[in-house]
Amino acid sequence: MEAFVKLNGLVAPVDRVNVDTDAIIPKQFLKRIERSGFGQFLFFEWRWDEQGNVIPEFNLNKPRYQGASVLISRANFGCGSSREHAPWAIMDYGFRCIIAPSFADIFYNNCFKNGILPIKLSEEQVDDLFKRTEAKEGYTLNVDLENKVITDNDGLNIAFDLDEHRRQFLLQGLDDIGLTLQHESAITAYETKRAAAANA
Amino acid sequence: MFEKIWNNHVIVAEQGKPSILYIDLHLVHEVTSPQAFEGLRLSGRKVRRPELTFATMDHNVPTKDRFNISDPISKQQVDTLTTNCQEFGVKLYDLNTIDQGVVHVMGPELGLTHPGKTIVCGDSHTSTHGAFGALAFGIGTSEVEHVLATQCLQQSKAKTMIIRFNGKRKPGITAKDMILGLIAKYGTDFGTGYVMEYTGEAIRTLTMEERMTVCNMSIEAGARAGLIAPDETTFEYLRGREYAPQGAAFDAAVEQWKALVTDEGAEFDSVIDFDVDSLIPQVTWGTSPGMGTGITSTVPVPENLPTENERKAAASALEYMDLKPGTPMTDIEIDYVFIGSCTNGRIEDLRAAASVARGHKVSSNVTAIVVPGSGRVKIQAEKEGLDKVFTEAGFEWREAGCSMCLAMNPDVLKPGQRCASTSNRNFEGRQGRGGRTHLVSPEMAAAAAVQGRFVDVRTWDFKSEVKA
Ligand code: SF4
Repeated sequence: MEAFVKLNGLVAPVDRVNVDTDAIIPKQFLKRIERSGFGQFLFFEWRWDEQGNVIPEFNLNKPRYQGASVLISRANFGCGSSREHAPWAIMDYGFRCIIAPSFADIFYNNCFKNGILPIKLSEEQVDDLFKRTEAKEGYTLNVDLENKVITDNDGLNIAFDLDEHRRQFLLQGLDDIGLTLQHESAITAYETKRAAAANA
Repeated sequence: MFEKIWNNHVIVAEQGKPSILYIDLHLVHEVTSPQAFEGLRLSGRKVRRPELTFATMDHNVPTKDRFNISDPISKQQVDTLTTNCQEFGVKLYDLNTIDQGVVHVMGPELGLTHPGKTIVCGDSHTSTHGAFGALAFGIGTSEVEHVLATQCLQQSKAKTMIIRFNGKRKPGITAKDMILGLIAKYGTDFGTGYVMEYTGEAIRTLTMEERMTVCNMSIEAGARAGLIAPDETTFEYLRGREYAPQGAAFDAAVEQWKALVTDEGAEFDSVIDFDVDSLIPQVTWGTSPGMGTGITSTVPVPENLPTENERKAAASALEYMDLKPGTPMTDIEIDYVFIGSCTNGRIEDLRAAASVARGHKVSSNVTAIVVPGSGRVKIQAEKEGLDKVFTEAGFEWREAGCSMCLAMNPDVLKPGQRCASTSNRNFEGRQGRGGRTHLVSPEMAAAAAVQGRFVDVRTWDFKSEVKA
């Protein structure tokens, strides 16, 4: 997995609560059997209307947000289906960091497996970021995972919290399965013990 | 109870790191697994315990001409699952078996779901299996690969919440109304980070199928998993099922299962008391399962909601749903009815819906489909003549699958169509782009099909009782 250390990126806002994974990547795109190429379908039904015309009011369609790599949104981001296609689409589109007041559990977990950093901030802090983003075209944030801080060029400095294990995991771009397999002998011992108990 | 199951399965617990948790049962379906099997192939890994892994196909399958999947990409996904299962030695219940069905209907039916097991599946509604007192939760595709390769998962321990459903249900109030009512009151994220245990008088009197309906929607409250302590109802359900222990082993298992129950005085991180006595049949009006209310109520006025975020969310939901604030719920007319899904596609759900439909006719403005949750549910229903009840009333009787719960197969709403659905999600576009979903119980859905609008099923004219 690609490591995440630092990021300086353009910020794009999606101003909604409860952004669900059906909205992030609608089910008609879940039929592919690859992991890549989902970015073009990200927020599909918000980006295009039924006739396939671009919906210009949607932020990701605005020229000023093209090339964004930081996504800001509202509470309970990523709720709904467990589909990992959602982080795949977000990553493939170019986002590496999502900032919101809260995330749904499975989605949050899926982000780390794919090198995306989800950051939880308070409602007020997120609100402030929305205001800053809207006020200034080309607004960028520096996300520093090493030191767990977010800064901008106008003096903003926010420390964020993250589980230490998850931080290391992203910083080093680790392979989860490999980590678990380091405990192979413990797993086998557990299986043996259980089998013995079942036959007792 | 969560604590006990957790402790029984932790293999490695190191300070500051997620624990390594052993998984007893891994269910697999076609949508979230192809990339996981591909991952195994690329890294030269095998499935560690194929005999603990069971697969079926449900999301893509057509409910009419099921062997003829016209969408080539759907077909590829279904075929990919078949090849993957062959290659990796995983038992597959495919379209040729009567056991095929929605993965969360199939597992319990086969007796695969036992109290005290850890169960995962690449599907958020894995929480359904918690009805048996199993710790069951949905995982992403990377984790599917992880479990296939190691039979373990890295997990941080969740917080615990207890939800006491107090009092007795009045006639016409279903398990679906209990869970919809709970989520309408507390929202769609109050359970985030928690494993919920449901208790209380109203839970103990539920059948297994009703308990599954409640646990199924735990994820709609944001919870990782929902749990209900096993009791005689649980044991009776399991007795004699294909993968349940048999004979003396069963009795021994029951003794172990009884020990799982939460001890008197155990502490929880959070406690909720919910009163069932005053509950009325629920209908959702918005685009999140928490946007619901009683049938005797009206569509809310966004301006009257307490917070700015709620006002914005409600206004945008009402625009999408094309509903006017203040409209009585019973004035909302529908075009479509879907009865099925892993929430309400079991035999009791079909019996309940049939008891309402019997002797009535589906409104001429409504298309209504009934999709059994599995091949076995379908056969059982046909034995009881429920299919006749439905078809005589003008419902379409379909083959098993997820169908219009998420509309990956050909059963899709057209833009603007309004559907009374027994499924679990009313997100924008869930049942088809521009489609408008109202979540209800099977009884309420059947009644809405007849009237062409929502009705309070408590006032329903039942023509005759359906034999159980
Ligand atoms: S019935 Fe619906 S919720 Fe259940 S597994 Fe199928 S798509 Fe998911």
